[in-house]
Amino acid sequence: MASKTKKTVVDVKEQFKAVADQFELVQILNEKGEVVNPDLMPDLTDEQLVELMTRMVWTRVLDQRSISLNRQGRLGFYAPTAGQEASQLASHYALTKEDYVLPGYRDVPQMIWHGLPLTKAFLFSRGHFVGNQFPDELNVLSPQIIIGAQIVQAAGVALGLKKRKKDAVVITYTGDGGSSQGDFYEGMNFAGAYHAPAIFVVQNNMFAISTPREKQSAAVTLAQKAVAAGIPGVQVDGMDPLAVYAVTKFARDRAVAGDGPTLIETMTYRYGPHTLSGDDPTRYRTKELDGEWELKDPIVRFRTFLEAKGLWNEEKENEVIEQAKEEIKTAIKEADATPKQKVTDLLKNMYETPTAPIKEQLAIFEAKESK
Amino acid sequence: MAQKTMIQAITDALAVELKNDENVLVFGEDVGNNGGVFRATEGLQAEFGEDRVFDTPLAESGIGGLAIGLALEGFRPVPEIQFFGFVFEVMDSVAGQMARMRYRTGGTRTAPITIRAPFGGGVHTPELHADNLEGLMAQSPGLKVVIPSTPYDAKGLLISAIRDNDPVIFLEHMKLYRSFRQEVPEGEYTVEIGKATVRREGTDVSIITYGAMVQEAVKAAEELEKEGVSAEVIDLRTISPLDVDTIVASVKKTNRVVVVQEAQKQAGIAANVIAEINDRAILSLEAPVMRVTAPDSVFPFAQAETVWLPNHNDIVERVKEVLAF
Repeated sequence: MASKTKKTVVDVKEQFKAVADQFELVQILNEKGEVVNPDLMPDLTDEQLVELMTRMVWTRVLDQRSISLNRQGRLGFYAPTAGQEASQLASHYALTKEDYVLPGYRDVPQMIWHGLPLTKAFLFSRGHFVGNQFPDELNVLSPQIIIGAQIVQAAGVALGLKKRKKDAVVITYTGDGGSSQGDFYEGMNFAGAYHAPAIFVVQNNMFAISTPREKQSAAVTLAQKAVAAGIPGVQVDGMDPLAVYAVTKFARDRAVAGDGPTLIETMTYRYGPHTLSGDDPTRYRTKELDGEWELKDPIVRFRTFLEAKGLWNEEKENEVIEQAKEEIKTAIKEADATPKQKVTDLLKNMYETPTAPIKEQLAIFEAKESK
Repeated sequence: MAQKTMIQAITDALAVELKNDENVLVFGEDVGNNGGVFRATEGLQAEFGEDRVFDTPLAESGIGGLAIGLALEGFRPVPEIQFFGFVFEVMDSVAGQMARMRYRTGGTRTAPITIRAPFGGGVHTPELHADNLEGLMAQSPGLKVVIPSTPYDAKGLLISAIRDNDPVIFLEHMKLYRSFRQEVPEGEYTVEIGKATVRREGTDVSIITYGAMVQEAVKAAEELEKEGVSAEVIDLRTISPLDVDTIVASVKKTNRVVVVQEAQKQAGIAANVIAEINDRAILSLEAPVMRVTAPDSVFPFAQAETVWLPNHNDIVERVKEVLAF
């Protein structure tokens, strides 16, 4: 009897391959600082290229100093950012002041470059309400601790911007682990259903605390999760500032044109621990892996690129470093000079008009505080 | 004036506020063209347009996030959670996010959001539709929790809730939606949040309650009157913050108290009312403050509602215990 090849319901291999083919890594600048994809080269002036490099170097210094200040007990909660400068700052560089930023807890640099005074960032780290008091015109919410909450809120801000007919977008960031949350899917799906101007950035730094990316999902890319929401997804080299900028610009242009949201997965790495609250990355990461990613450093490759164009040199870099150190010193002093929090401050911030129980407790604490 | 059911009074309040403030947005699952599963938003989309009254995907957490984001853009969202048993899906947006917005931003951002949701037993709903989960909300600093028991209050309190610049949870008892009509004024009026009302004056015992138990308490008071007992019925209307002044004034007059809730004994807010009375009026008490509550089981299977839900007989019985103490 001749054996018949049975047709399967779905050719799984073919389906997976077809999906993977649609999410190829976008890269413009390789590890050596060479342009490998001139067609995608973003339209940035020399000044803009220098400004982007300046921000990245400045932020690397901020990270180094923040770690050190944390160790001295002069800062509190801190989530290291070194390695993610291209992912964080080049994506932010594609925005305008009118755009809204909903950061996760690691995304303080984007807030600073959106206009948050450094002193406030330090007060946030220490745990002081003044650190979260932003002027009306600063379109930023304080760093979100509940992983995924910023994603559903971004859908709301995006719908708000659309209803107000503003030429603006909302950008929100989460990590690779965050893509497993329900709110991650819901936020993308809502924004998709309303064709709302949102940019969802997943900064895939390969680890959620100690859990490697592979344990979050069987999906070969996180960018392909966009398919579930019916929106475009792009995987980009998150160590390549030009590629991250170009991809975010693409997403922003789409969004303000009324074409809806985009999901961007940036392939990046954090050189430091998850946070400085006792995480020890040697438990789950090898020196070899760290070394491999240090070769991909966004600052190194961008420096090479700019130096070849005669736009950057050691002297310029040192200037930025010194300036950053100076600004950090001033900001820490300002943070030190901020008056201590009182219970009455906290009670007053609960409601527009204090409720009866709050009034009662205010009186009790006013009496205590006046002693 | 017109005779309205509670659900009509709610629709009326929404229409008043949609007309009054262009920032008011009404959204949720099936609240648009369909007019809501209970017709609470009937006709609103037709009158105010899809831009103001619209449907959402089926995801409570997403609805909560949508409300918060819209608030950040200056809107005044009035989202609906189809049944309050589904609040667990959106607990973070409610208790973890909007309740904390003003505080965490040091007063620079607000969440003027009113979440409407039906709840409550006695109408044989399927699982997790009727659960009394107001206690969870009352324990979350930053929220206010309102539970009307009459059409008049529902309209006035909902208008107040929508105008409040902090988040309000507005819980609508399903059994009260169409159980009776009441004169409800046309146009706008408000009932203050955080203020209880005396539904029935009395001198021998205070029955403090809210929601569907108000009717049961009034019924109990009528029966007790036949036996020469004068019961005062207090309708809390807002269960967080509590109107301690009205409670204490009544306790000082009657010296005996029964607190009544539909929720299980370990849930609801009765324990909180008792603690406030103990703190503030213990010298006025002739007897311990007692409770009428549901048993500490999961909300009953539909057919067991009649034996499980507290009713006027339970209240009469408990009042007699307090009087005989």
